[in-house]
Amino acid sequence: MLILTCPYCGVNADETELAPGGEAHLRRAGPDASDAEFEAYMFERRNPCGVHFERWRHAAGCGKWFIAARATDTLEVFATYKAQCTAPPADVIRAIRARRPDWEGWK
Amino acid sequence: MKRYNALAILREGLRLHRGWPRAWASPEPKSEYDVVIVGAGGHGLATAYYLGRNHGITNVAVLEKGWLGGGNTGRNTTIIRSNYLQDPSAAIYEKARALYETMSRDLNLNVMFSPRGVMMLAQTEHEKRGYLRTAEANALQGVETEFISPARVKELVPMINLEGPRYPVLGALWQARGGTARHDAVAWGYARACSDMGMHIIQQCEVTGIERRGGRVSAVNTTRGRIGCGKLALIVAGHSGRLAEMAGFRLPIESVALQAMVSEPIKPMLDVVVMANTVHGYISQSDKGELVIGGGADGYNNYTQRGSFHHIEETVRALCETFPAIGRLRMMRQWGGIVDMTGDRSPILSKTPLPGCYVNCGWGTGGFKAIPGSGWAMAELVANDAPGPLAAPFSLSRFREGRFIDESVAAGVAH
Ligand SMILES: Cc1cc2nc3c(=O)[nH]c(=O)nc-3n(C[C@H](O)[C@H](O)[C@H](O)COP(=O)(O)OP(=O)(O)OC[C@H]3O[C@@H](n4cnc5c(N)ncnc54)[C@H](O)[C@@H]3O)c2cc1C
Ligand SMILES: [Zn+2]
Repeated sequence: MLILTCPYCGVNADETELAPGGEAHLRRAGPDASDAEFEAYMFERRNPCGVHFERWRHAAGCGKWFIAARATDTLEVFATYKAQCTAPPADVIRAIRARRPDWEGWK
Repeated sequence: MKRYNALAILREGLRLHRGWPRAWASPEPKSEYDVVIVGAGGHGLATAYYLGRNHGITNVAVLEKGWLGGGNTGRNTTIIRSNYLQDPSAAIYEKARALYETMSRDLNLNVMFSPRGVMMLAQTEHEKRGYLRTAEANALQGVETEFISPARVKELVPMINLEGPRYPVLGALWQARGGTARHDAVAWGYARACSDMGMHIIQQCEVTGIERRGGRVSAVNTTRGRIGCGKLALIVAGHSGRLAEMAGFRLPIESVALQAMVSEPIKPMLDVVVMANTVHGYISQSDKGELVIGGGADGYNNYTQRGSFHHIEETVRALCETFPAIGRLRMMRQWGGIVDMTGDRSPILSKTPLPGCYVNCGWGTGGFKAIPGSGWAMAELVANDAPGPLAAPFSLSRFREGRFIDESVAAGVAH
């Protein structure tokens, strides 16, 4: 069972309390984006086998959105952080590097 | 190829089965093939088979990182049906269902296709209206289905509880010609037929990179060396995103876990397939007597072939409500597979941004039933470098064009 710590209320919530929300840090294509850019924003996904940044909502708790950095090939969780971050914070990157020295990095 | 028939079995029985040749060869990879297919699941093998049979292309290799049929093809609950809502889906799934009827004869291997009937329970007014609509759509598509009453449901499945504590049965969508087949046998049958045509099926051979020359795909790098290719077909289900990354593009696919389980074997109690999509559980009884049970997919990306426990709980709860008689059965095995989900819950059979490279993926929770139709359509696409009528609607460009083949309501559950 996946257990994530909600960065707002600090609760260790198991996945039955949480709602998954897909890949994090997607940037909405602007009004003059091309069809290809909009398609990429809407549909194309990294779907990595390894380090993944993913949106979750503490649905049966405080109700807030947050982001989890975790591994899709082992189900290890590296860190969780608030949804207001537009990129993974430095301490999250450090936590991932500590566990995955050969990680290719974010983006 | 030594043909399988009653006489051969008798003869071999008398000499202690020492005369059977290997069903397929395990050759060393050549340095180059006309077509390389990545993934020896049902879809990859069926594509190879129809490349040979329908298009005369036999200089083909199928590369498999594990063992053939060891991906989702060998992990699924084998439900075969074609009662989809949208016309492009009905066309390809019905083509596949029809090909399943003659598959054992075509491949000279008993795939145990059992058209025992598939029943999809309607347990809310909304679901009932949805299935009534699907039944009308199927009538127009020439797919034989009907909406049946609760009384008829009870007649077909005496052990069902129509007055479920949460969701009473209001009727069902019934496809009498749907059913199940033996999953491994489908992979084995195609592998044997492909090997017989001189194709190479190379197991324990993982593709780790894709090379290009002059703007086209030219070779793959594998754990067994570099293998050149004229054309390349990526047919790797949950691993499609990784192969696409090697080829330099992204797909509208997320990989998630889907689980299934079987009970201890019991006497015959259920001779149709029952799907309860509102409560998320489906069930059939195998020839060995085990109940084969599946449910909903996880909601988050995962490559571990392990799923969430609470989905098993949910599935079991749903089935105990619908079939109270099974409440005390013990489960023997449980497992997971990594399925490739698209946003509209429809597959992708398409050319890609890399010329000479094609993808077949996105079958998600329901591609076993499609194997022969998908292989047929994919072979046509690869051979002609252009899709035929079955594959054309399933191109990657549908996402950009907003031309979805939306089955997420009709088939939003695993199957
Ligand atoms: C639990 C479960 C229940 C299901 N129930 C049903 C059902 O009842 N009815 C139905 O119609 N469908 C069902 N499905 C879906 C069905 O199993 C799949 O859609 C179908 O089997 C996909 O076949 P495939 O050939 O595309 O993929 P797979 O059978 O997964 O084959 C892909 C192959 O590619 C190989 N591969 C991956 N990466 C590489 C690489 N880099 N190099 C070389 N090889 C590679 C893998 O090892 C694998 O063998 C179910 C799935 C699951 C998991
Ligand atoms: Zn919270």
